[in-house]
Amino acid sequence: MLSTFLAVLRRDLLLAWRGRADVLVTLAFFVIVVCLFPFGVGAEPNQLRAIAPGVLWVAALLACLLSLHRLFAQDYSDGTLEQLLLSSEPAALWVTAKVLAFWLSTGLPVVAVAPGLALLLDLEQGALPVLVLSLALGTPILGLLGAVGAALTLGLRGGGMLLALLVLPLFVPVLIFGAGAVEAEMSGTGAAAHLLLLGGGLAGALALAPWACAAALRISTD
Amino acid sequence: MNAPERSRSLFRFAAPHNFYPLAGRLAPWFAAAALVLTLAGLWLGLFVAPTDATQGEVYRVIFIHVPAAWMSMFVYLMMAFWSGVGLVMNTRLSFIMSQALAPTGAMFCFVALWTGALWGKPTWGAYWVWDARLTSQLLLLFLYFGFIALTRAIEDPRRADRAGAIIALVGAVNVPIIYFSVQWWNTLHQGASVSVTKAPSMATTMLVGMLVMAIAAWMYTIAVVLWRARSMILERERHTEWVGAVLEREMQAKGGRA
Repeated sequence: MLSTFLAVLRRDLLLAWRGRADVLVTLAFFVIVVCLFPFGVGAEPNQLRAIAPGVLWVAALLACLLSLHRLFAQDYSDGTLEQLLLSSEPAALWVTAKVLAFWLSTGLPVVAVAPGLALLLDLEQGALPVLVLSLALGTPILGLLGAVGAALTLGLRGGGMLLALLVLPLFVPVLIFGAGAVEAEMSGTGAAAHLLLLGGGLAGALALAPWACAAALRISTD
Repeated sequence: MNAPERSRSLFRFAAPHNFYPLAGRLAPWFAAAALVLTLAGLWLGLFVAPTDATQGEVYRVIFIHVPAAWMSMFVYLMMAFWSGVGLVMNTRLSFIMSQALAPTGAMFCFVALWTGALWGKPTWGAYWVWDARLTSQLLLLFLYFGFIALTRAIEDPRRADRAGAIIALVGAVNVPIIYFSVQWWNTLHQGASVSVTKAPSMATTMLVGMLVMAIAAWMYTIAVVLWRARSMILERERHTEWVGAVLEREMQAKGGRA
C-alpha cells in the first residue's frame, strides 16, 4: 500500500519538477494578485495592514483554484488515469498521493513566499508565523476539496469556470478561519481556536475527500 | 416493461413509465392546492393580520420571505436525499427528482434574498448586511448554481446524474460547516448592531398566515417538480415504445377535445 502511495507521489513530483514553468506561473500569479491590491485600495499603510490577511488568503485561494485543473487533466488525456482506476490498488490511496504531490508543488511554494509578501503589506512581524501556519493547514484543504471539483469537471468544455463555481462556495469556511487566525493574532485574542478548527477541517477533508474524489473520477471516466 | 404491472408495492412508481402518469394525475391537484392556499395566505397576511407594533407594515414581507427561505433550505436537503438514493439504489428517477428540484430551490433562495433586501432597506437602512443568515443563504444560492451548471454542462445524462449527485452530497456535508463558520465570522467582525430576531411575541393570525403560505410553497414545489420530472422523463425516454404510445394518446385526447 505504502509503496503505491510513494510511487504515485514520486511520479507526480517528478512530473511537476520537469514542468517547473507551470509551478512558477502559479507562484507569479499569487505574487501579482497580492501586488495589485495596493493599486486598487490605495497605499495607506494602516489600511493595507488591516486587509493584509484577507488579501493574502484570497490570493492563495485563487492561485490554488487556477492550478487545480492540472491535477488530473494530463493523466486523463493520456490515459494514465484509466490505468490507475483499473489497477487493484484502492483509488482513495493514490488520489491522496496525487493531491499531496499537487500541494507540495503548488501549495507549499505559496506558503513559502507568503511571509515575504506580507512584509509588502506591512503585516506585523509577530503575526507571520500564524500566517504561515494557517496557510500550511488551510491550503491542503483547498487542494482536497478542489480535487473533487476537478474530478467532476474533467474534460468538460468551460470546465475552468464551472470548477470555480463548484468549489468557491466550499472554500469559504477555510478562508474565514485562515484569514481569521491572522486577524485574531493581530488583535491579541490568540489564533489557537482558528488554527485548531483548520486542523480539524484538514483531518475531516483528508478522511472524506479522497473517497468522494475517487467516486467522481470513476464517474468522469466511465 | 416486463415488470409485473399489478404489483402493489409503492416501489413500482420508481419506474419512469409508471411514475409518468401518476405525476400527471397528481400535479394539477397540488397546483390547485397551492393556488388556493396562496390566495388564503396572502389574504390573511395582507388584510387580516394586524400591523406590527415596531416594524409597521413592512413586516408583511415575511409572508413571502420566511416560507421561501424555509423552502430553499428544505429543497436542498431533498435534493441531497434523492442524490444519495440515486447513488445507492441506482434508480434513474431519483436523479431526475433531484435535478427537477434544483431550479425551484434556487428560485426560492433568490426570492428569500430579494424580499430580505426589500425588507432590510426600510428596517436596517441597507439592502444588504453581511449577516450570518444572509451570507449563508447567498452561499446556498451559489451551491444551487453550481449543481445546475454542472448537470447542464455534461451531455451524457448518466454522467450528469452521478456527478450532480456527488456535488449535491458534498454540498450537503458542507452546508452546516458553512453556516457555523459564517456565523462565527460574523460575530467576530461586527457586534450586535443588527439583529434579525423578530419581535418576541407574534400575533396568532401572523403565525397562521405564515404557515398557510409555507404549505402553499410546499404544494407549489411538489406540483412544479412533478411537471418538470414528467418532461425530463419524456426527454430521456424518448426512444422507448411507451413514450411513443403516451404521446400518441395525448395527441388524440387533445384532438378529440378541439
